[in-house]
Amino acid sequence: MAETRIETPAAPRASRLRRTWESDFIWSFRHSPVAVVAFVVVLLMMLGALFAPVIAPHDPFNPATLNLMNGFTPPGQANDFTGEFFVLGTDDQGRDVFSTILFGMRISLFVGLSAVCLAMLIGVTVGLMAGYLGGWTETIIMRLADVQLTFPAILVAMLIFGIAKGITPPEHRDAMAIWVLILAIGLSDWVQFARVVRGATLVEKNKEYVQAARLIGRTPFSIMLRHILPNVLNPVLVIATISLALAIIAEATLSFLGVGAPPTKPSLGTLIRIGQEFMFSGEWWILFFPAATLLALALSINLLGDWLRDALNPRLR
Amino acid sequence: MLAYIIRRVGQSVLVLLVVGLVAFAMFRFVGDPVDAMLGQERTQADIARLTAELGLDKPFPVQYWRFLEQAVQGNFGLSYRQGRPVSEILVERLPATLELAFVSGLMALAGGIALGIFTAIWRRGISANVIMTVSLIGVSLPTFLIGILLIYLFSVELGWLPSFGRGEVTRIGWWTTGFLTESGVKALILPAITLGLYQMTLIMRLVRTEMLEVLRMDYIRFARARGIREKSINFRHALKNTLVPVITITGLQLGSIIAFAIITETVFQWPGVGLLFINAIQFVDIPVMAAYLMLISVMFVGINLIVDMLYFAIDPRLRIDRTGGGH
Repeated sequence: MAETRIETPAAPRASRLRRTWESDFIWSFRHSPVAVVAFVVVLLMMLGALFAPVIAPHDPFNPATLNLMNGFTPPGQANDFTGEFFVLGTDDQGRDVFSTILFGMRISLFVGLSAVCLAMLIGVTVGLMAGYLGGWTETIIMRLADVQLTFPAILVAMLIFGIAKGITPPEHRDAMAIWVLILAIGLSDWVQFARVVRGATLVEKNKEYVQAARLIGRTPFSIMLRHILPNVLNPVLVIATISLALAIIAEATLSFLGVGAPPTKPSLGTLIRIGQEFMFSGEWWILFFPAATLLALALSINLLGDWLRDALNPRLR
Repeated sequence: MLAYIIRRVGQSVLVLLVVGLVAFAMFRFVGDPVDAMLGQERTQADIARLTAELGLDKPFPVQYWRFLEQAVQGNFGLSYRQGRPVSEILVERLPATLELAFVSGLMALAGGIALGIFTAIWRRGISANVIMTVSLIGVSLPTFLIGILLIYLFSVELGWLPSFGRGEVTRIGWWTTGFLTESGVKALILPAITLGLYQMTLIMRLVRTEMLEVLRMDYIRFARARGIREKSINFRHALKNTLVPVITITGLQLGSIIAFAIITETVFQWPGVGLLFINAIQFVDIPVMAAYLMLISVMFVGINLIVDMLYFAIDPRLRIDRTGGGH
């Protein structure tokens, strides 16, 4: 390994693809089996969620294609009455469990990703402002963050969900539930981003390049966006990954508790809630497969986040 | 010292005022309280009477002040759904949640400290490594899945323990307890494990890290050099210094135990305030939501305050820092 590295400067410049492949970041990824496996799992699940309408063997939300006779078909067996076959079995209404999981993952991932984006947008913006502008802006933002940190994020999310549900008129509640979830989870999670970005900004703003930018008359807005932001992005990325796992679990928890995605648009949490009812009567697959999917998804993202934290940390190189 | 306490208490009061404002805004602006309380058959006179009774015709700050005044006296109005005073419902439900939180907190603390010491002292042993790996999975498992797993194992498959409810309870004054009957104790086991497991792994990891840190210190090496027995070093010298941060974290975790009780109570249909809160969200029962919010924030802020004071009293370094450097 070491010899080839020394020889490269004499050779013509490698292609961009090759240089990326040999960069420290990708190198550390290729040499961490856990990260590779986790990445493959997450990628497969994201693709499955994205192409759910194409992949899913059945359309679980079209009542016309459902046959109640197919209800409670065990996994890997043909149904006694209709002779139809379902890989992971069916639930009480004859919906294919594999298809509902694909569509459920779609909602879980969509809510999780959107919520993290929202939290990141709010957190990074107010974090930059608090760190760079200081003064009253900082005091108000950080005090607000302190108040919110007094309460666990899941509780804040529940509360926001409850308030938003109260504001929306009853006939729109099911349709709005997904957006309300995103809002609730996103607003409950911005504090982490704000704190980290503020801390990093406080360090960056005293460095020479920022002083130079100020000296040539750049506006504070442009300094924050063009100069400081790119330099504080690493920790933001790590937090975003870990937040994604937390957001997916938070969404599942809320939906499981019945204060999230409605049964007409089930997420993984809603599916687990539905499956739990059949645990006592022996139809284990309705509960088991969604639960296992959720666990695999959350665990993989967590492991990926752990690896990313180490890979982006210059002190560990 | 006194200045610090005063500032800290002031901060707590400020937090409570902000939460109170949120709770009041919920009550006032989410839905129409007059509409929700009166039901279908009402006259214009009824509406006017109730509006005046609730003080909704007064200016906003006056209304807020009135709300705070009532809240301090424990009066949160009537539940939209049950038509009974919210405070009455809360008092009825509170013992269930507090008993659950108490037992699982105790379990988390005892189990966490014991396992933490064990994994720190025999850090290269096989069983310590197994415990650490299992704890990693435990942290990744969402609370409600742990609950479902336990129900599946001990209620469905083995049939040893009940899967829902609180069993038979004994009434002592206004307090109801499940500690005194067999079915009550049995019903408590699974929810307590579900709620305490996450905190237990957290405390265990903390104790382990702290203990490893302390065991590397010079005074431990000198204690070894003096020929003091290993047991005495571990438990007399090392453990004492490990426990300071553990106390703080445990105190703060007490608050999240109460919050996470919402999930556990829903899984096990445990009749506590958490289940009440979830039902309130489902049926948009705003007075109950507002009252729960106030109740839980008083608990949280109180716990945080006590923990801060405790930390301040235990660790003399903090006192020096404060007087020297502002913030």
